[in-house]
Amino acid sequence: MTLDADTILSVRNLRTWFRTKYVTAKAVDGVTFDLKRGQTLAVVGESGSGKSVTSLSIIGLLSRPGAIESGEILFRDRSEKVQDLAKLGPRGFRAIRGREIAMIFQEPMTSLNPLYTVGDQIGEMIALHNKLDRHEARKRTLEMLQAVEIPDAKNRLDDYPHQMSGGMRQRVMIAMALACNPSLLIADEPTTALDVTIQAQILDLLRRLQEQMGMSILFITHNLGVVAEIAHEVVVMYAGQVVEHAPVIDLFARQKHPYTKGLLACTPNAARDLEPGGTRKALYSIPGSVPPITNLPPGCAFAPRCEYAIDACHAMPPSLTDAGADRLSRCLRSSEL
Amino acid sequence: MAAIATGPGKTPNLLKRLLARPTSAAGLITITLVVLAAILAPLLTAYNPAQLSIVNRLSPPSPEFLLGTDDLGRDVFTRMLYAGRTSLSVAFAVVIVASLLGITLGLIAGFFRKADAPVSRLIDALMAFPDILLAIALVAALGASAFNVVLALGIVYAPRMARVVRASTLVIRELPYVEAARALAVPTRVILFRHVLRNITSPLLVQGTFIFAQAILAEAGLSFLGVGISPDIPTWGTMISVGRQFMNSAGWILFYPGLAIVVTVLALQLLGDGLRDLLDPRLAKDI
Repeated sequence: MTLDADTILSVRNLRTWFRTKYVTAKAVDGVTFDLKRGQTLAVVGESGSGKSVTSLSIIGLLSRPGAIESGEILFRDRSEKVQDLAKLGPRGFRAIRGREIAMIFQEPMTSLNPLYTVGDQIGEMIALHNKLDRHEARKRTLEMLQAVEIPDAKNRLDDYPHQMSGGMRQRVMIAMALACNPSLLIADEPTTALDVTIQAQILDLLRRLQEQMGMSILFITHNLGVVAEIAHEVVVMYAGQVVEHAPVIDLFARQKHPYTKGLLACTPNAARDLEPGGTRKALYSIPGSVPPITNLPPGCAFAPRCEYAIDACHAMPPSLTDAGADRLSRCLRSSEL
Repeated sequence: MAAIATGPGKTPNLLKRLLARPTSAAGLITITLVVLAAILAPLLTAYNPAQLSIVNRLSPPSPEFLLGTDDLGRDVFTRMLYAGRTSLSVAFAVVIVASLLGITLGLIAGFFRKADAPVSRLIDALMAFPDILLAIALVAALGASAFNVVLALGIVYAPRMARVVRASTLVIRELPYVEAARALAVPTRVILFRHVLRNITSPLLVQGTFIFAQAILAEAGLSFLGVGISPDIPTWGTMISVGRQFMNSAGWILFYPGLAIVVTVLALQLLGDGLRDLLDPRLAKDI
């Protein structure tokens, strides 16, 4: 178990399968990536591509029948000790969750308990992990609310979640997650349920907090626009596998996998889609849909939807290969793209 | 969303809204009066419930004995008030015992997947017995005393509470805030009590009201059958049991305690229905 000094998380050949009596769903099938200290890695993909299962595997919150089949999840904690989270038991995870790895979720509306004030809930986290008394915990809670830039934080401490807007609640969630200064934050589509303007604020906030606190972020999203805002590196997933891995600037400059190309073409862009004459260009959509992971085609999983597919694509699943400077692609024709 | 969000200030609203509906208002007011009558019994009557008066035995209702006297000349009205104390407090204790047992079983079954099947089968098995039969069997095994009646009825009604708790827990368990709490390493016991139990109090309140009503009936049934609380202690059930022998000649001995049971149970049912209408549809809609 060796890890480069500047790498905080290394997922290696992770397979998380959901086995039932009749079928085995290979939700995550051989995913490999590294996350560097203080950086943001975005995991992009459609629903069902395995991005959320990857994040749940890392924090040990898989629910049955999902289980890690094989692979390693190496994590370097604050004391520089490297552990394999794939083999960690519930007790080990309790020591890591919150303190070392924290997570925020998509639904800020339901991610807070409606019966307690936000101050109460953040305070609970702080008291739980830091052994502070009530007064100190409250002081620290206030600091956290100020850190996530909630206006008039002092008076919002005793607000109940329903008194806050979605954006404010997501800020509260972030405050809760960062209360114990974790070194890794897993953000599972944290801006999906928010208005576009609020999305930008939250992304901005996350970026600023990352600079201040130096944590690494694993950012799960299906929105490439968000990726451009926050990520350093991007992993594109399709049907449980990584199909492309590249630094963010290179990825947007040139896509080395037809799926990434398609995803990018699907992103609405006001300037591009609305022509001067007032006519609208139809927004591109990738034909077909993600195949069920219990019944993947024999060759490349994307081949049936791919306009670049050749006979060889349908014959054998391609492997993830080097596609130039610091990037990988799972496509036979990556050099032609 | 609105309902989940109405945590604070729910109680005063609830009371006001219960009183705004004729049926639940009638239930709430009636049950309050019954409880007050039981508590204030010594102030409402000049007699002692155990005071014998052979001269006045089996006398019909009159200004002197409002609801008549029984075969030993004891004032029926007085006994009814004091019997209410026993009946109501036994029933209340049953709700407490049934809730403690039911909440424990329900939380275990609902929250821990592996425990679900065995605990649920135990609940099903208990529910398969007719209420009174199981209560009689338990009292017979434990011995007849007020404590054992409470315990037996508590066991009989615990499965109902457990089912409600389990069903609600299954829903809450999957909510993002429970997952978020897990992701941040909140201990299971804190999740169970703070995040799950606190959020299912509404259906528990409704179920508790119904169990209260059922327990009054069941306790009366047990006393009537002679397997309940000692006949020396007046309860509505024992009064009916005694009155049965004089049903044709002195119907008032049996009629008024019977009426007390009907009115109390009806009031509790109305209150429970009102609570359910106010609390449950919102839960169903929002979770």
